[in-house]
Amino acid sequence: MSEVKEREPLFSQKNLKLLTQPIDSKNPITVLVLGICSALAVTVKLKPAIVMALSVTIVTAFSNLIISLIRKTIPNRIRIIVQLVVIAALVILVDQLLKAYVYDVSKQLSVFVGLIITNCIIMGRLEAFALGNKPWPSFLDGIGNGLGYGLILVIVAFFRELFGSGTLLGYRIFPLEWYIKNGGFYENNGMMILPPMALISLGIIIWIQRTRNRQLIEK
Amino acid sequence: MKALRNYIDKIKPQFQKGGRFEMFHSTFDAFETFLFVPNTVTSKGSHIRDSIDLKRTMSMVIIALIPAMLFGMWNVGYQHVLSIGASWNFWETFWYGFFKVLPLILVSYGVGLSIEFAFAQSRGHEVNEGFLVSGLLVPLIMPVDVPLWMLAIATAFAVIIGKEVFGGTGYNVFNPALLARAFLFFAYPSHMSGDKVWIAGLTSGKDVVDGFSGATPLAKAAAYQIDKMPSAYDMFMGFIPGSVGETSKLAILIGAVFLIITGIGSWKIMVSVFGGGLAAGLLFNAFAVNPYMEIPAWQHFIMGGFAFGAVFMATDPVSASHTELGKWIYGFLVGFLALLVRVLNPAYPEGMMLAILFMNVFAPLIDYYVVEANIKRRLKRAKKVANS
Repeated sequence: MSEVKEREPLFSQKNLKLLTQPIDSKNPITVLVLGICSALAVTVKLKPAIVMALSVTIVTAFSNLIISLIRKTIPNRIRIIVQLVVIAALVILVDQLLKAYVYDVSKQLSVFVGLIITNCIIMGRLEAFALGNKPWPSFLDGIGNGLGYGLILVIVAFFRELFGSGTLLGYRIFPLEWYIKNGGFYENNGMMILPPMALISLGIIIWIQRTRNRQLIEK
Repeated sequence: MKALRNYIDKIKPQFQKGGRFEMFHSTFDAFETFLFVPNTVTSKGSHIRDSIDLKRTMSMVIIALIPAMLFGMWNVGYQHVLSIGASWNFWETFWYGFFKVLPLILVSYGVGLSIEFAFAQSRGHEVNEGFLVSGLLVPLIMPVDVPLWMLAIATAFAVIIGKEVFGGTGYNVFNPALLARAFLFFAYPSHMSGDKVWIAGLTSGKDVVDGFSGATPLAKAAAYQIDKMPSAYDMFMGFIPGSVGETSKLAILIGAVFLIITGIGSWKIMVSVFGGGLAAGLLFNAFAVNPYMEIPAWQHFIMGGFAFGAVFMATDPVSASHTELGKWIYGFLVGFLALLVRVLNPAYPEGMMLAILFMNVFAPLIDYYVVEANIKRRLKRAKKVANS
């Protein structure tokens, strides 16, 4: 008896959920608390944060895709090494691309692009999702998690750059005449440049998110 | 008084369950208990029954702070007069300082209390009184020329991140007033340190006498200008530049005596802070490799905010250690670390703020080990009795 298996549409309800859930209720940073280290390090300015978010999204998506494609052939005992090889290859590609096209940002991000290899989100998604799912859902899951990570990065970086430097993406938001040294009243908040403030902003985001969505509160 | 009571009783039903203004219940409650002693008493379980509640405790601390505040106001005027080389009479000097300090107090209370009320309303709690003291402490540990909007941001930060995040008064890990100061210190360093910020009007540089320096004794000591430091008498009485309330050690002493007599401030913490400071000072004297280390250990007590911190900040009943032995350890380390930061770290002329905040973090740990040690000791004793 042969049953015709109905093909799942490319963007079915289930697949869309993979894409949208990591942005809010399964956010890698605020709910799973992965990838905090780079969130603290690269969010002083908005531009590096956006580039970092894109790089992580690309690496997560494609490593998820590749691992999912070869998931049945990877021997279980050496799967971590295989995953690392895939991630490292992708990260080197991204790093070279950044160096070629946006050299100044690549210099600002410096070692953190290389450290995407050790970003907990990527490893976490490979282990938790790509090893047990088909390529297309895995790819969507990677993009979703990258976007969720990027969203938090951009929010934190927005406030840190705005209040720490008075600029956004390098464009001046608070005019120079406002500053005390030019006879105004305003001053940049030096605390925003320091890493502790990234942690505090992250905490505030988590606070707001859990006030809105009470299911996320741990018992 | 009677008329006020009657009026409150008349409008009370509107704020209770089912009333028109039920949602403002906690606001009403706050004002009612502020004006009159509440007649509700603890009914469950066994408690020590005492007429003193949180509100009275906080009022006592406010009274203890008044000498330092009044002297601070006069000193703001006095330092300003010195900087412009004029001669004003007592009241002119006082009123000048009064109108410089009053906005700081108003902003601190206004911002802090509105956040407290907002949180209490949204959570359905009663408004509690923790901010009454913090709100007065904040202006007293600021340089007088701090811009008001910075003060407002710092107060908001301290109340939200330092207190409400942890659940409100009684749950805070850090002393909120010191947190406000630490926030400003790291966020706007140019307005919180240096030689210009401690005296009203010096930043604008108008009418300042030639060669006048607003450097605090601490800054002079850190620059090894020991011979240029004011006399010990001046530093004790408070005729020196500094944060508003910290300069006069005499006023702080009056406050300390009041706190100890009423039993509100822990004398153990105060004594051990000075003990820790003395130990560190003597240690520096013994090794004295630079001029700062050579100054007598007791002189550290009358410089900067050491005394103010020891009496009003370190003794904060929430963020300090609770066990009796823990208080000794906590206080000693506060004093010791404060001097360590002062003398050995050139980037921070004053170490009291950082020392207290640092020890706030460790206070629960100290308590934990004191309690554990106590349990162990008593178990041993019990075993001995059982075995014999």
